[in-house]
Amino acid sequence: MARELDAAPGLARAVAEPAVGALTAPQSTRSLWRDAARRLARDKGAMAGLIVVALLIVVAIAAPHITPYPPNDQSFRIKLKPPSAAHWFGTDEFGRDIFSRVLVGTRVALWVGIVPVAVALVAGVAAGLVAGYYGGTIDSITMRVIDIILAFPWLLLAIGIMAILGPGINNVVIAVAIVYIPAFARIVRGSVLSIKEKEYVEAARAAGLPDPQIMTRHVLANAWAPIIVLATLSIGQAIIYAAGLSFIGLGTQPPDADWGVMLSSGREYLRQAPWLGGFPGLAILAAVLAFNLFGDGLRDALDPRLR
Amino acid sequence: MLRYALRRIVLMIPVLFGIMTVVFILLKLIPGDPAIALAGEKASVAQVDAARRAFGLDQPLPLQYLSFLKSAATLDFGLSLRTHQPIAGELRQFLGATLELSLAALLISLLVGIPVGVIAATHRGSTLDYGTMILALVGISTPVFWAGIVGIYIFSFRLGLFPIGGILDSGIDLQHITYGYVVDSLLTGNWAALQSSLHHLLLPAIVLSTIPMAIVARLTRSSMLEVLGQDYLRTARAKGLTERFVVVRHALKNALIPIVTAVGLQFGSLLSGAFLTETVFGRPGIGRYVVQAITARDYPVIQATVMVTAVAFVVINLIVDLVYAAIDPRIHYG
Repeated sequence: MARELDAAPGLARAVAEPAVGALTAPQSTRSLWRDAARRLARDKGAMAGLIVVALLIVVAIAAPHITPYPPNDQSFRIKLKPPSAAHWFGTDEFGRDIFSRVLVGTRVALWVGIVPVAVALVAGVAAGLVAGYYGGTIDSITMRVIDIILAFPWLLLAIGIMAILGPGINNVVIAVAIVYIPAFARIVRGSVLSIKEKEYVEAARAAGLPDPQIMTRHVLANAWAPIIVLATLSIGQAIIYAAGLSFIGLGTQPPDADWGVMLSSGREYLRQAPWLGGFPGLAILAAVLAFNLFGDGLRDALDPRLR
Repeated sequence: MLRYALRRIVLMIPVLFGIMTVVFILLKLIPGDPAIALAGEKASVAQVDAARRAFGLDQPLPLQYLSFLKSAATLDFGLSLRTHQPIAGELRQFLGATLELSLAALLISLLVGIPVGVIAATHRGSTLDYGTMILALVGISTPVFWAGIVGIYIFSFRLGLFPIGGILDSGIDLQHITYGYVVDSLLTGNWAALQSSLHHLLLPAIVLSTIPMAIVARLTRSSMLEVLGQDYLRTARAKGLTERFVVVRHALKNALIPIVTAVGLQFGSLLSGAFLTETVFGRPGIGRYVVQAITARDYPVIQATVMVTAVAFVVINLIVDLVYAAIDPRIHYG
């Protein structure tokens, strides 16, 4: 629960129950999504977030072609230069162009934001769906395992996993994914518990449909709203988590550009060159804020009662 | 209530076992031979074998697991490989400092977050409401380690208001009881140490409080909005009570219940944030201790820290649940 709240304040409770209630009648699903899209389009904050997210994606794809300088090129002649017309964000302790490195760092940030959340979503949804649908022993065991994972503060769990896997950005992805599985499993299980009692699920069962089909077509199909909101809000948080791991030296290894690593070296040159840590930090803030704005808007759109 | 508490404590036992099992498996999965780490990189084969025997690493896994459980139950974690000091003592020292930082941050987040949330809710739809909620969203989106760096740059380097790091000025002696520096200064009546430790604590605590503060403000606002629409508030107003009295005594009191739960659940993230804050501010604490242990492959320290922190977290969650049950008269636990 802690990490659910952490990822999306108040979300676990706020989203799961009412949104499920709003979504349980299958025949109204399509118009509900259309209504939500209309409400979302009117939400200025959410649209601003969406634009920034789209921009980040474009930058991440185009980064190698649009950086003014090669991001890893060192030149000690121009080390620790303040922002100027030639180097918009200044240069770092090796004379590398910080603007170019921030642009390239977008790739890592989106990778560590989106991939772990996607992995956690698939694993968590599967676990929560099976646990909630079958109940009994399977449910008890799954929930106890989740309790145990949740008993570790996220950073400690991630550090433990990183100790096994070794440092590196792809291992950060695995660690952050494991950290997020419980949040998805819990929110899905909660929805499934209420949905599986509905008449249409009973009808599907009476019609003799196999369990996997009922679970995906009838139960899960009506539980997507809170899952999507949690995923959107988790991406921003995952970017912060991954940057934190890089910051303490467990993530991206030098010389590759990563906002967390850049912040970490920026700390050492804080007094003489505050731009070293300032710009990568602003980049993290902008990216996370964009995902959170969009996620907030999505939550409001899917359940207007929460506004 | 007592029966509920007892049942919760009993239910905690399997979780604690699970935690220890996970820690044991994690340690076994860490690549590299722990005996080499124990004996030192330059040790001879004979020395490595001796270390293996001395630490019981030549025993079959089930026996190792049992002795692991025993050391955990008796809080006897042995010596740190890096510092050669007893881990239990080091841990106590660092845990005190980390808890003090976390609790200070929690206090600040409540003292600021709750009034801000109430004001936003009572001014719903106004510029004040939008402004504070945008600020809260920015707060939630700010990585704590960056907030720390910005804080040090502005308040320490530029304005010179706070020290750039550390926990106490050098040259001040403090007798330790809890290893919370502010608490110990108070307990021993050491005013110089109190002033210095508060001075060192304030900036990191404010930095660490940004995310929980933003979360508390948002939750207070939504919780208050829900309560403000209730009929009993109309009744209270109809009785002629002042708006201030209605908001604080009638509305806030009821709105607080979900906030208490959320705050308790925040503690895990608060500890994680504390680890990063300690790293930024160079404060001694559990976070720096475990990060250094991982770099040095100090297995016993990793084991002890992970376990103690997880157990502390489980206990805190239990306390939160009990507080929750105690303040909400609608909840009856059998």
